[in-house]
Parts: sequence; C-alpha cells; structure tokens
Amino acid sequence: MPSLKDLRNRIASVKATQKITKAMQMVAAAKLRRAQEAAEAARPYAERMGAVLTNLAEAFEGRDDAPKLMSGTGSDQVHLLVVATAERGLCGGFNTNIAKLAREKARSLIADGKTVKIICVGKKGFDALKRELGQHVIKTIDLRSVKNVGFVNADEIGKEVLSMFADGEFDVCTLFYSTFRSVIAQEPTAKQLIPASFETDETEDRSGAQPVYEYEPDEAEILEDLLPRNISVQIFRALLENAASEQGARMSAMDNATRNAGDMIDKLTINYNRRRQAQITTELIEIISGAEAL
Amino acid sequence: MAELFQFELVSPERQLLSEQVAEVVVPGAEGEFGVLKDHSLFMSSIAPGILKVRNEGDSWTEYFVRGGFADVSADGLTVLAEQAVPVSEISREQLDLAIKNAEEDAADAKDDMTRQKADRTLRRLKDVAEALKQV
Repeated sequence: MPSLKDLRNRIASVKATQKITKAMQMVAAAKLRRAQEAAEAARPYAERMGAVLTNLAEAFEGRDDAPKLMSGTGSDQVHLLVVATAERGLCGGFNTNIAKLAREKARSLIADGKTVKIICVGKKGFDALKRELGQHVIKTIDLRSVKNVGFVNADEIGKEVLSMFADGEFDVCTLFYSTFRSVIAQEPTAKQLIPASFETDETEDRSGAQPVYEYEPDEAEILEDLLPRNISVQIFRALLENAASEQGARMSAMDNATRNAGDMIDKLTINYNRRRQAQITTELIEIISGAEAL
Repeated sequence: MAELFQFELVSPERQLLSEQVAEVVVPGAEGEFGVLKDHSLFMSSIAPGILKVRNEGDSWTEYFVRGGFADVSADGLTVLAEQAVPVSEISREQLDLAIKNAEEDAADAKDDMTRQKADRTLRRLKDVAEALKQV
C-alpha cells in the first residue's frame, strides 16, 4: 500500500509529465501549420510535372526506345525500398506504420526469392527495421541536422538513387512514406518510382483532337531530362508529406497523452483523499477509544 | 497596349509568380525564345540563364533560372525551374564571396561526399555568375 507521501509524489510527477506533453502538443501544432504550408506551396510544381510527364509518356507508350527509367530494365529481380520516416519518436504510430508497410513488402519480396535493398531516410525507420532486415539496409540518410526540408535534400537522395540505377544495382524502386490526410489520419503509402508509373486522369475528356505540341529539343530528350528530375520531385513531395504527417501524428498522440495524464491525476487524487480521510478516522478512533478506556 | 496572358513561375518549394504579363523571354536549351499572347503550343527545357518578364506597364523584371522546362499551353506559359531567384536579390559581391568560399570548400574537402557537394554548389554559383555577365 503506498503511503500518503508516495501518492503525493506520484501526483506531482504525473502533473509534470502532463505539462510536458501539453507543451509538445502545442509545439507540434505550430510546426504542423508550417509543414502544411510548405506541402501546399510545393504542390503546383509536382502537379505540373505530373501532367507534363503523363502527356509525354503517352507518346512513348509501347515504344522500344522509351527511356529505362520509364520502361524498367526488363527484370524485377532486385528491389530497392526507400523508407522515409521521422528522426524523432513520440509521434504515435507514425514511424511504426511506415516501417510495418515496408517490412511486409520486404517479406513478401524475399519470400518470392527477390533481392531486397533498403535505403532508410530518417533514423527511426532504421531503428524499426534493423532487427529483422538489418542486413538488407545498404544506406541510412540522416536528416537530423536539417531543420526545414528543402529541395536540395530531396535532390541529393534522388541523385543517389539515380546513380545506383545507372550502375544497375536494382531494377525496381519503391518509396515508402506517409500521406497526410488530416491531423488524425495519416496513411502509410508505397509509391513506385522506377519504372515510373503515371496515373492517367480518367475524368479528363480525351475524345477530342489532342493539340499538337512542338518540342525543343525533341520529345525523347525532354523526357530523358524530366524523368530524373521527377524522381527528386517525388521524393521531395514525400518528405514534405512526411513532415506534415509526423507533426499531425505527434499532435494527436500528445493530445491523448495529456488527456490520459489528466485521468490519472483525477484517479490518484481521489485515492489520496480517501486514504487521508481513512487515516484521520483511524486516528480519531484511536484517541476516542483511548479516552474511553481511562 | 500589349495583350496580356497568364504566366506562372514555379520552383519546387513555392510558386514565385502567377500573373498577367505582356511578354516573357525564356532562356531555352536551344536558344532564347520570346512568348507573347497566343503563342503556339510549345515545350522546351531551359538552360541556366536570365528569364525576362515584361508586365503591363512595359517594365522588365529579371529572374535567374536553372534546370527545368517551359510549357506554353493554351492557358498561358508555365516555367518549372529547379531554382529561380529574382536578379535584384543577387548582388555581385555576395556572389563572388560565395564562389570563393565554395572553391575553398572544394579544395579542403576530406572525403568524396563533401567534395562532390562543394563542387555542385560551385557549379551552381558559376552558372549564376555566367548568366549575370551577359546582362
């Protein structure tokens, strides 16, 4: 049975924890707004890029001279998984969910007899994957020193991936990150980067005559130039989505923690008051029965 | 009065410009080209250089752009550039200083990674300097 003093200490400690979680929640809320703005500011570029590429890709559909980045190497033996997670914990299931998705994919690939290589962006992903898949991780990229993710960071990762592809170190590249749906909903997502996949907009009216574009230099060269760029843009977008998701996840996790701490304080206080009352009663009974005995 | 069309200048980080303009001169990979209203559909990758924008009041604004492409569609002109900075924000002295620093970084680099990085920065800065000289 804890003594009154123990209970008092316990309450004080939970209160201190509650203050910390509350502060973390507010910091996450402020950061979330900024991350969301950054993600929104980057959207036009990615969207335009996607639209232009889709147009170009259609022209190349089924042609033999299509760039390798689009058509693939013709085999799918070696898979590269780029797992983008956060650098910090305490953000609910955010890191775990991304890692879980990546792990399932890796497992099924290995079961099919494929070779799996993993690049971890962010420390937490590596922490989560290293026990089971540690020997597959070929590289970890640390963004801890980077305060706000810039295009430069994404570009470096992109160049890395491209140079590996040029050296023939993998056939298929998949990017894992978390899509930001709302503050309470983040969705772990797997996106295939190489060979590039394009979602064609079905709602768009394609029945009319397509306008004829003039290209300079010619289509092939532009496509050749755009595809590597697109990799960096996709990674950049994933990193921004991740940043927003992380803050969102942390915000709701810390909100829960604050609420739980409040419940705990209430319970402990009731317990404390009850024990105090009981102690007073016992003392009184002792005094009264002592007086009666005289 | 020149006829206006929609022009958008977008970098991966943000949209720099979205407005009605009279004329834009783009440093294309195979030479500069000017765009006026109702230009035919055209797409070109861009070379590092100066992009000039003439607005309604016939005054020119200049931007340094690097890496990307220009897309002339029926709705107007969109330039997607990996890097885009208003020329007025670049000063010669700062640029020279930055180039010097980058050169030192490249010389001092101990491992391949940092050297590559420094080289890349240096190349970027030199592109800017080159483009500014032509103005």
